[in-house]
Amino acid sequence: MSEIERHAYDVVVIGAGGSGLRAAIEAHEQGARTAIVCKSLLGKAHTVMAEGGIAAAMGNVWEQDNWQVHFRDTMRGGKMLNHWRMAQLHAQEAPDRVYELEAWGALFDRTKEGKISQRDFGGHRYARLAHVGDRTGLEMIRTLQQRAVSLGIDVFMECTVTQLLKDGDRIAGAFGYWRESGRFVCFEAPAVVLATGGIGKTFQITSNSWEYTGDGHALALRAGATLINMEFVQFHPTGMVWPPSVRGILITESVRGEGGVLRNSENKRFMFDYISEYFKQETADSEDEADRWYGDHVNNRRPPELLPRDEVARAINSEVKAGRSSPHGGVFLDVATRRSAEDIQRRLPSMYHQFKELADVDITKEPMEVAPTCHYVMGGVEVDPDTAQSIVPGLYAAGEVAGGMHGSNRLGGNSLSDLLVFGKRAGEYAAQYATGLDARPAIADADLDGAGRHALAPFESDSGENPYTVHQDLQKTMQSLCGIIRKEEELRQAIDVLQEYKQRVPHTSVEGNRQYNPGWHLALDLYNMLLVSECLARAALERTESRGGHTREDFPQADPVWGTKNIVCRAEGDGVAIAAQPLPEMPDELKKLFEEPAE
Amino acid sequence: MSYEATFKVWRGNADGGAFQDYTVAVNEGEVVLDIIHRIQATQAGDLAVRWNCKAGKCGSCSAEVNGRPRLMCMTRMSTFTEQETVTVNPIRTFPIIKDLVTDVSYNYEKAAQIQAFTPPADVKPGEFRMQQVDVERSQEFRKCIECYLCQNVCHVIRDHEENKPKFAGPRFLMRIAELEMHPYDTADRRKLAQEDFGLGFCNITKCCTEVCPENIHITDNALIPMKERVVDTKYDPLGFLWRKFKSPDSKRSRG
Amino acid sequence: MTSQSTTGREVRPRPRVQITQRTLRRDTWWVQPLVTFVVLLGFVVYSTWAAFVNKDYFYEPYLSPFYSPCLGSTCPESVRWAGVVLPAFITPAVVILIVPLGFRLTCYYYRKAYYRSFWQSPPGCAVTEPHTKYSGERRFPLILQNIHRYFFYLGLLLNIVLTYDAVIAFRDRHGNWGHVGLGTLVLLVNAALLWLYSVSCHACRHAVGGRLNHFSKHPVRYWFWTQVSKLNARHGQIAWFSLVWVALSDLFVRLTATGTIPYIQFF
Repeated sequence: MSEIERHAYDVVVIGAGGSGLRAAIEAHEQGARTAIVCKSLLGKAHTVMAEGGIAAAMGNVWEQDNWQVHFRDTMRGGKMLNHWRMAQLHAQEAPDRVYELEAWGALFDRTKEGKISQRDFGGHRYARLAHVGDRTGLEMIRTLQQRAVSLGIDVFMECTVTQLLKDGDRIAGAFGYWRESGRFVCFEAPAVVLATGGIGKTFQITSNSWEYTGDGHALALRAGATLINMEFVQFHPTGMVWPPSVRGILITESVRGEGGVLRNSENKRFMFDYISEYFKQETADSEDEADRWYGDHVNNRRPPELLPRDEVARAINSEVKAGRSSPHGGVFLDVATRRSAEDIQRRLPSMYHQFKELADVDITKEPMEVAPTCHYVMGGVEVDPDTAQSIVPGLYAAGEVAGGMHGSNRLGGNSLSDLLVFGKRAGEYAAQYATGLDARPAIADADLDGAGRHALAPFESDSGENPYTVHQDLQKTMQSLCGIIRKEEELRQAIDVLQEYKQRVPHTSVEGNRQYNPGWHLALDLYNMLLVSECLARAALERTESRGGHTREDFPQADPVWGTKNIVCRAEGDGVAIAAQPLPEMPDELKKLFEEPAE
Repeated sequence: MSYEATFKVWRGNADGGAFQDYTVAVNEGEVVLDIIHRIQATQAGDLAVRWNCKAGKCGSCSAEVNGRPRLMCMTRMSTFTEQETVTVNPIRTFPIIKDLVTDVSYNYEKAAQIQAFTPPADVKPGEFRMQQVDVERSQEFRKCIECYLCQNVCHVIRDHEENKPKFAGPRFLMRIAELEMHPYDTADRRKLAQEDFGLGFCNITKCCTEVCPENIHITDNALIPMKERVVDTKYDPLGFLWRKFKSPDSKRSRG
Repeated sequence: MTSQSTTGREVRPRPRVQITQRTLRRDTWWVQPLVTFVVLLGFVVYSTWAAFVNKDYFYEPYLSPFYSPCLGSTCPESVRWAGVVLPAFITPAVVILIVPLGFRLTCYYYRKAYYRSFWQSPPGCAVTEPHTKYSGERRFPLILQNIHRYFFYLGLLLNIVLTYDAVIAFRDRHGNWGHVGLGTLVLLVNAALLWLYSVSCHACRHAVGGRLNHFSKHPVRYWFWTQVSKLNARHGQIAWFSLVWVALSDLFVRLTATGTIPYIQFF
């Protein structure tokens, strides 16, 4: 392994989505030698899929808005399981992060005063999402990408990291392969920022791309870091249903923000039947009030279609189970009868396009069919809120791969702002850590040899299983046993089946050679998916209550005792060990925010 | 609803290759990318293909389907008859890596040569004030998902490899137009557009616009307006003098 | 940085995919350039003949748009522009047609049409062109395409003259006002189409507002720009209609003058 390609940096960022790019920009500006390593081409990361907007309390549309309101919305949306400090930093810093994007060339939609326009979204008290039509994620990634390129930051595209390397208890670098050639590459770096996104590809019906295989979660676990909140998976209420090949593709929440409503087969706006006690006070109880709200937020309460995503997803699930579903097993999302065709095409251009091209449905004339789809994992690497550092010195995490910020459920729009706020923090503190070290950590040759052997294993066995088949089976297991509604015996069954996968995954075999071989890449990704699946299943079994993105049929209520605890996962042997850990205590001045009435 | 289709997929790498035939199941509502994935999962595990979002938002799965530059995820199988053989080959303008994957680094090199957005030094973040009408033109260009189908189809480089160093392609000429039309941009990229990025190579034959999956009017809204702006500064002596006479400060005076 | 570390790829020339066919398209991509070729060629042949034949272009009160403004001593007295003397071998049409010819030759729409259909550069999208070298519009003579706006200005002047011709067509054979014949309508439509063609042109769109960066500071010019932009989207169609109509207008006058069709006056 001595002739392996080597690069030395201060900070290596893994992932080139919103948080990875923002982290790299910040690390570079702090003077650290910085590189970005990403599995896809630059600019293709999952952030481009984000549609609705960036939540930031700028107060451009409703001047009553401020960080305290945003903070409270975020905590309530997460059912108070969020790390309060992360939620606070997020709410405080998001506006500056958005303004920064504008100064780098982002072109947001405007208000009449010429400021950045903000739109309504589920769970947000005021119209708060800076947006560009329904392609905000694209705007954000393009802006950050162009910024990173203009700063001259090195980008290693189509390069997959398979292992983090350590020197003692500290991070020393990362090992990976070029997808194009299959050759190995080693990055020597005292600080590594994980910005690898989520785990959605462990589920069958998902809005996530092939990249979302839980790489960062698994890399962190194997490097000795901890994950929290892994039982909380957000099923976005509105995924496409028909035709089958597009099942799971996302329909932005902005459709509802722009006036779209959900109806069942009896043409009833059923969301009024699903307003929980928790949100009763701030949710309209008649269609009239709900409709008035779009024009007057102060004197009316929000429509129930804009409840947090977990609430809406569960409601759709119940309607379908009760036999009131649309022809292909979803419910109807209707914007056609609510807004003019021109408005729909102007405000929701890519939705219009997506349905026209993929489903042959004209959303200005017909309702869409929708059902929940796996969208986001709230759980992730346990990090220090201020520095984004994990418990492993030199290992940082930001964005979806980090845990704690969103508690048990993430509000729409809080993801893009999360990427920016904590991406910047991770880059800043990683750079400080790396440039402040007296001596650079060293990488042991034996570690590189081991990493190389592991990566080549799928070529060794020639009688093993097809990795695509194993992946499809794993997705079915997770979908049916750990999906939107969970119960004890199924979760136990899932854990048992996952033990079998531990035998199957190392015995996959791939055809062809190392040059751009997707079968090989998938065989290696399977290890990561398996590990995060186990975290998810074990944590879900442990949490005997329903809260946010974790719904237990056998424990349908939220349990106040569980409301004070996180579940922490760590790697142990070839599996995962879990433990409950008390939630950090919120300071009194923030607690006060929850004592006033929500209005 | 399901039928067996015949696919011809180019397999190979820089050392050579050929079309290979596959017989593969097609179900209702599927797109070409679904079929490529099915071939990959069941018949050719090492078939190389780029893709990410599968919803026409990331621009990764560019290829040529029956000779036409397309996103595979947005090419529905229902546009072909059941008897029709579907031919899929990698985009022809860029070097081949393997199977349907090409080396698109040309595009990243061109992108890096463009001077970034340059706001006035005295405008701080948060102080930008623009109306919707001021941003709409550039917003259209920022819909670009960088699938590079326009770069692929443009005959300036598709048919003439030797033009690559002197020509940036429709995507990046449009990027220049986007920056030039930004109300707060202070840089002047007009001469660069003509001299270094090869705007003069463009003979506005509109294939870029025809293949754009985002339906951006690249030619009419970006390339031609950019050509007209270049004329302002290079080929219109009378107009140039007239505007100099009216307001001597060049770029900001363009309003 | 070298391209190796920014893209991770070795710096060596790499071949493209080797596919020998000129195109793998199976649709009828060649129909459109062929139709364009035939129609444009037809127009060129007809207009050349009409420009040199130097007769039958006037039938009181209708003047063929090919010969307007009528310069030179051979013009009929009632439409002759005084003071212009042309050598005998140059017809009035040859002089004046330079303007519309230049305007249309440098027009962004026609450029596309004839580059594709005549010069095959390219004949269709994703169809290899036959030339081994290509330098675009960077050198003489094609660099002259950049003077399109000057032809646009001249074209506006010509539109005024042709509008005048349409106005004086509201007379009868004897110069009395207030009459309308078939020719009046033909010339009126001709003038309207030529105005539409000019106003919808890309140079016009740039001049009225496209040049600006901060539209909201120039509301009037922005309004004009949005209107021109709407027409501009149809510039190609308008180009065809106005081209065909101007030839038909000439043919109409010609046929009337030669008595092939009768003079029709509605009132």
